[in-house]
Amino acid sequence: MASKAQKKIGLAVLGWVVALLVFFPLIWMALAAFKTEIDAVSSPPKVIFDPTLENFNAVFERVNYGNAVFNSIVESVGATLICLIFAAPAAYAMAFFPGRKTKDLLMWMLSTKMMPAVGVLVPMYLIFRSTGMLDTRTGLVIVYTLMNLPIVVWMLYSFFREVPKEILEAARMDGARPRQQLLLLLLPLSLPGVMSTALLSIIICWNEAFWSINLTASNAAPLTQLIASFSSPEGLFWAKLSAASLLAIAPILVFGWVTQRQLVRGLTFGAVK
Amino acid sequence: MATVALKSVKKSYGDINIIQGVDLDIQDREFVVFVGPSGCGKSTLLRMIAGLEEITAGELKIDGKVVNDVPPDARGLAMVFQSYALYPHMTVANNMGFALRLAGVPKAERDAKVKDAARILQLEPLLQRKPGQLSGGQRQRVAIGRAIVRQPKVFLFDEPLSNLDAALRVQMRIEIARLHSSLAATMIYVTHDQIEAMTMADRIVVLRSGKIEQVGTPLELYHYPANVFVAGFIGSPKMNLVPVKVQSAGADGITIVLPGGGTAMIPVQSSNAAAGSAATLGVRPENVAISADGPIAGEITVVEHLGGETLVYVNVGEGPFITVKAGGDSAANVGARVRLSLKTDEANVFDTNGAAMVPKVRKPLADLEKRGH
Ligand SMILES: Nc1ncnc2c1ncn2[C@@H]1O[C@H](COP(=O)(O)OP(=O)(O)O)[C@@H](O)[C@H]1O
Ligand SMILES: [Mg+2]
Repeated sequence: MASKAQKKIGLAVLGWVVALLVFFPLIWMALAAFKTEIDAVSSPPKVIFDPTLENFNAVFERVNYGNAVFNSIVESVGATLICLIFAAPAAYAMAFFPGRKTKDLLMWMLSTKMMPAVGVLVPMYLIFRSTGMLDTRTGLVIVYTLMNLPIVVWMLYSFFREVPKEILEAARMDGARPRQQLLLLLLPLSLPGVMSTALLSIIICWNEAFWSINLTASNAAPLTQLIASFSSPEGLFWAKLSAASLLAIAPILVFGWVTQRQLVRGLTFGAVK
Repeated sequence: MATVALKSVKKSYGDINIIQGVDLDIQDREFVVFVGPSGCGKSTLLRMIAGLEEITAGELKIDGKVVNDVPPDARGLAMVFQSYALYPHMTVANNMGFALRLAGVPKAERDAKVKDAARILQLEPLLQRKPGQLSGGQRQRVAIGRAIVRQPKVFLFDEPLSNLDAALRVQMRIEIARLHSSLAATMIYVTHDQIEAMTMADRIVVLRSGKIEQVGTPLELYHYPANVFVAGFIGSPKMNLVPVKVQSAGADGITIVLPGGGTAMIPVQSSNAAAGSAATLGVRPENVAISADGPIAGEITVVEHLGGETLVYVNVGEGPFITVKAGGDSAANVGARVRLSLKTDEANVFDTNGAAMVPKVRKPLADLEKRGH
């Protein structure tokens, strides 16, 4: 029988192995970003090399990094806010006034996430082309909103359900209309949950590549589209691609790092309350 | 002025009828208690009055106006929930002032009203705390305070004391009774605890499976239960309900055959009781005594000394044990064979269907019926 200490050491080792597996590509990419193109593809790989910033210069010369960051922020935050505006009343109604079909409705909403996006690519593209929304921020915000709505409704629904229904009934007796119940009671009471829902939604939008690559080119292109533009027809430039990728993920990495406590708190909300 | 009237009020969820036609008139300033076993529909009925549940059929009037379709806050009621249902992120003061804030009452006036209510309930030192920093009793007082601030026509309470410990419950019971007389408000109070009902009510409404079994003052229900259910539900220790047989029915009353073959004549109107039919004798423990010439024989099984009184449980061979309330100095011993006598003019007889036979003489129930008015 393993002692408690042995188990603890075993778990720690396992944790590190998993973490290294997950992080290895990221570290590799980060290293490659500072290598010359020749060092980046040399075999055996070089761990010790002369770091250079030429890849970053090349990236900044070729693309408008600032614009892409701006687009990523506007599109992910914008879509998340619109999502919340639509999802909060929906989740409120489903959590506190469930009908016979509420559970089915929730399942159906989630099931739309199972559909491969590529299945609707052609109609989406045609709609976007004929409405003039190709390569516009509005267009991408609409797509991201629709894409995240099911998850955001689901998460808000489960957080709202943690709020005792008597509290809302007391508020109804006190004369609170649904909007006031939502704004004055539900949102403040499930703030950690709402925050982590918003953070998750922002991160999902930020990392989204399929729609951004297919529906934007330059004007509205977020960072994911910028990375893709580096896997260019002239052949792969690993070092530049790595530099571009590092630049693309850096903001969200910092964002995730800063908000990780909030995220964890929200995602375990209820379990520990 | 605040009266509440229910006329054939019904509630169903799909095919299930939870409230099956309730008629009730509640007077201004009356303290009415809904009592009944768990799941009988007390909360549902209260919530229908509050406006939190839709009324499936029938009419609900407050002050003579039909309010079936009036939203909860416009009915002029305030409700105190079993779980307190305070707003956890607001201070006590903001909890109490929330309704006024929603109604757009200016802050100064709001603060004054909150202060008034806080003084009545001795909550002043707690006004800036959050509910999480209060004890159960304090939370309950805040919940009551939140109701008082709105100066409602009718207060609704749904088992407000059942989350408190026994000592605190007694204290809060007295406090609510005191509030009732000082606020001169109509109150409807739900409980499953018949002691709370007996001690607080002007009138008790006994519910079972969504139907009213009896409405009356506590003493009416105690002395003249309408049926076996009410007889068994009201009173502690419980009324003895002894299965008996009708021997004969006459002008003076009914003669019944007791367990063991003895007989007793109970002075009730019994014209429709057929000789030989089954009936139930209802007799309170204080109306049974151990005495050598009593008509029932049995053996003492359990003796509970409560100090001021003694409860003696006697096995009479058939049916349930008979409980006898004896003096604190009772010398009853377990295993002793005893005979029991009954105060027949205080006893009730219920027919085969469980309905009470009307007593020949109905004692006046003192001035107690007019308590609080
Ligand atoms: N939303 C509902 N749907 C179906 N049945 C319900 C619902 N709410 C309450 N009931 C049923 O109504 C009955 C009465 O409930 P309730 O009024 O809470 O009883 P009490 O307060 O007397 O304990 C119970 O049998 C309960 O199961
Ligand atoms: Mg109840």
